[in-house]
Amino acid sequence: MAALHARIAPIEEPIRLAKPVRRTGAQVFFEVLMDEGVEVVFGYPGGAVIDVYDAMPEYNIRHVLTRHEQAAVHAADGYSRTSGKTGVCLVTSGPGATNTVTGIASAYMDSIPLVVFTGQVPSHLIGNDAFQEVDIVGITRPCTKHNYLVKHVSDLARVIREAFFLARSGRPGPILVDLCKDVFAAETDFVMPAPAEMRGYNPTYEPHKGQLSRAAQLILKAEKPVVFGGGGVILAGASEELTCLANMIQAPVTTTLMGLGGFPGTHELWLGMLGMHGTYRANMAVSECDLLISVGARFDDRVTGRVDGFAPHARIIHIDIDPTSISKNISVDIPIVGDCKVALRYLLELLKGEDWRDIAERRCSWRELIQTWKDTQPLAYGQEAGVIKPQFVIEKIYELTRGEAVITTEVGQNQMWAAQYYHFSHPNSLVTSGGLGCMGFGLPAAIGAQVACPERTVVDIAGDGSIQMNIQELATAVQYNLPVKVAILNNGYLGMVRQWQELFKHRRYVATDISTSPDFVKLAEAYGAVGLRARRPEEVEPLLRQALHLNRPVVMDFHVDREESVYPMVPSGGSLKDMILV
Amino acid sequence: MSQEERHTISILVGNEPGVLSRVAGLFSGRGFNIHSLNVAETLDPKLSRITLISVGDAQIQEQINKQLRKLINVVKVIDFTGTDCVEREMALVKARTPPEHRAEVLRIVDIFRCKIVDVSPHDYTIEVTGNRGKIEALLDLLNPLGKLEIARTGVIAMARSKKGIKK
Repeated sequence: MAALHARIAPIEEPIRLAKPVRRTGAQVFFEVLMDEGVEVVFGYPGGAVIDVYDAMPEYNIRHVLTRHEQAAVHAADGYSRTSGKTGVCLVTSGPGATNTVTGIASAYMDSIPLVVFTGQVPSHLIGNDAFQEVDIVGITRPCTKHNYLVKHVSDLARVIREAFFLARSGRPGPILVDLCKDVFAAETDFVMPAPAEMRGYNPTYEPHKGQLSRAAQLILKAEKPVVFGGGGVILAGASEELTCLANMIQAPVTTTLMGLGGFPGTHELWLGMLGMHGTYRANMAVSECDLLISVGARFDDRVTGRVDGFAPHARIIHIDIDPTSISKNISVDIPIVGDCKVALRYLLELLKGEDWRDIAERRCSWRELIQTWKDTQPLAYGQEAGVIKPQFVIEKIYELTRGEAVITTEVGQNQMWAAQYYHFSHPNSLVTSGGLGCMGFGLPAAIGAQVACPERTVVDIAGDGSIQMNIQELATAVQYNLPVKVAILNNGYLGMVRQWQELFKHRRYVATDISTSPDFVKLAEAYGAVGLRARRPEEVEPLLRQALHLNRPVVMDFHVDREESVYPMVPSGGSLKDMILV
Repeated sequence: MSQEERHTISILVGNEPGVLSRVAGLFSGRGFNIHSLNVAETLDPKLSRITLISVGDAQIQEQINKQLRKLINVVKVIDFTGTDCVEREMALVKARTPPEHRAEVLRIVDIFRCKIVDVSPHDYTIEVTGNRGKIEALLDLLNPLGKLEIARTGVIAMARSKKGIKK
C-alpha cells in the first residue's frame, strides 16, 4: 500500500505575475484554500464567521457540520491521519474558539498537520471584552505549532499560505488562524500569494552523512539490535524503508502506540508495542538489546518507564526531525536530525553493500531468546464462561475486518486493548489520541476518517465513559451517512482509572462507577443510527457480522467483564522490566 | 546532582506582536527559569533582540536553546556562556540615607565612577552601568548606609571581536 502522506516538496514554479483582482476577505479565504488543495472543512458556524459561510456555496468545498467544535477538530485530525492531507476547521469566536483547544492540544502532542480558523470580533473591538471575544491566540500559544491574528485583509492571503506551509512541513502540527470579522467583508487587491518563505524557520530534512556512517558502523557490529519506530515513521511515510531495514539486518521491531501500522503486525520480526502496556517480549527485548535504532519516536514517559532503567545495555541511534526531541529524556549515542524516510534511505544505501549472508545465523540466539519470551508470556487473557471479554471483541473485529479497517479509539483500557489485539499492518490505520490521551476523540475522528476514506471500514473502539464525551456526533454521522461502526466495551466503569485504583489504591473505587449510563441501543436509534447489543460471548460474532454489513452508522453495545484489566502493565515509577503480568 | 549554571542568551526574533509572550511562555510553560530579560528593536525594524539570563543545569540549558530555536519567530539564538563577550547592565538606585552617611554615598559613587542623576535633602538617585559584578559590589556597599530602591535593566551582551596577530 503506497504511503498516503502528501509530502512537502520544493515548489519550482516561476513567481506568478498575475494582475491583482478586487476580492472580499471571504473570497480571498476560499481562493487560497482551494489553491492549497483543501477539499473538506469541518466546522460550526456563528456570528463572527457568518460572512465566510455566506461565501462558501460559491466554491467547490465540502463542509461537514459537527455538533461540537471539539469534534470538528478531532474530525479534521482523523481526516488528516488517514489521508495524509492537512485537516481544516472553521469555527466562530469566543466559545467556538475555546471549544477547539482540547482538539488542538491533542493534534499538537501527536504532531498532526491541521489549520484551525477561528472567528474573532471586529478589529476595533479587540481588547474591549466584546461579546464572544477571547484571546484565543494567547490561549493556544503553548499548544499550537504557531498561530496568527489577522486584523487587516491585506495580510489574509499570506497568512493562510504560511499557515498551511507550517502545518505540514518539518515536524507537522496544528496552526491556529484567528480572523477578525471585519476582514471578511473588507475588500483588497488580491494576488495569489507566492510559496511561503520564513526567515528563522528551516527544518532539517537531510541528515548528517557523518552521523549516518557512524550509525551504520554500530549496526554492523550489533549482536542484539532492536528497531524502534514511532509516530514519525507514519508521518514521513517511511514504513517501507523501516521494513526494508529490519529485513536486511534481521532485527526485531517494536513501535510506540503512535507508530503502530508502521511495521506489519503479522511479520515474524514483530515484537508488539512497547511501553507501559506493551508486550512482554517487546519490553524485555528493549531492556536486553545492545543497539536501539530509534526512528521517529520521542521517548515519551509511557514508553520508557523509569529513565535510568531504559535500555541499560544499549547504544542508541536516534533519528528524528525535531532536535528538541533528541536527548531530551534519554541521552543517545548517535543523534541524527532529519526526515526519517530520507535518513533510512541513506542508511539502507550504506548497509546494502555489506555482506549479510550469515546474518540469520548471527541473530539465531537473539531471536530464540525473544521466541522464549513470546512463548512463556504471550499476550493473554483469562476466559470465563458466559462473560464477554473485551479483548475477545477486539480479536473478533480484527478477524472480521481482516486487519484492513481504520481503527479509531477513545482513551483508556479500550485504547490499550485495541493497540494490543488488533494487529495493524498498514500505516494510517490506527487513529488514536496518543500524547494527550483525550477521551471523546474516537467518534469524531472516525467521522473524519470515513470522510477521507469512504471505501474503507472505520471502527471506533470506545469505552462507555469516553463515548459519552462526544456522543452527539452520532448526528453528524447520520446527517452525512458516514457508516462508522462504534464498538462500546461497556463495563460500567472508567476502566483505566478503576484499574489503577485496584492495583495501587487498594480497590478504593472513587468516582469511577458509571453504571448509570443511557441505553446505548435506544440512544443510537434516537439519533437515527442502528443500535445493537451483545451480552454473551456467542452473540459477539453474529452482531459484528451484521454491523459490518450495514451501510449505516452502527453503535454496538458490548456488555463486557466489569473488572478486566490491561496487562502487561509497567507500574508508574517502574522500569520496563518491572511488568505486572496477567 | 548536576550543577546549576547561569546562561546569557541573546535571541534575534521577528518583531511581531506577541513574540515576547511566546518566549516568556516557553520558559514558564516548561518550568525554565528566567532570571532577567531585556528586549528592544535592532537596526532592522523587522527584528528585535531579546537578551535573557536563564538558570539551570547543562541538560536543561541545552533544551532551552533547542526549544528557542524551534519557535517560528526566532531567527537566531546565541548562548554566550563560556564565550568571550561584553556584558553590561544599567541600574538606577535611589538611596535614602541619614545625614551622617550622605558624604559616604558620594565617595562610593566617585570610586565606582557612576553618576548622581537626582538629589534631594533625603536621597540621591545613582545611575550605574557595568557588568553584574560591578553593580552587585555597589549595592553591597550602599546597603548598610540606608534604604535602597532599585530599577535594573537586565543584562545585554555582545560577542567580542576575535583578536588575531597576523604574521
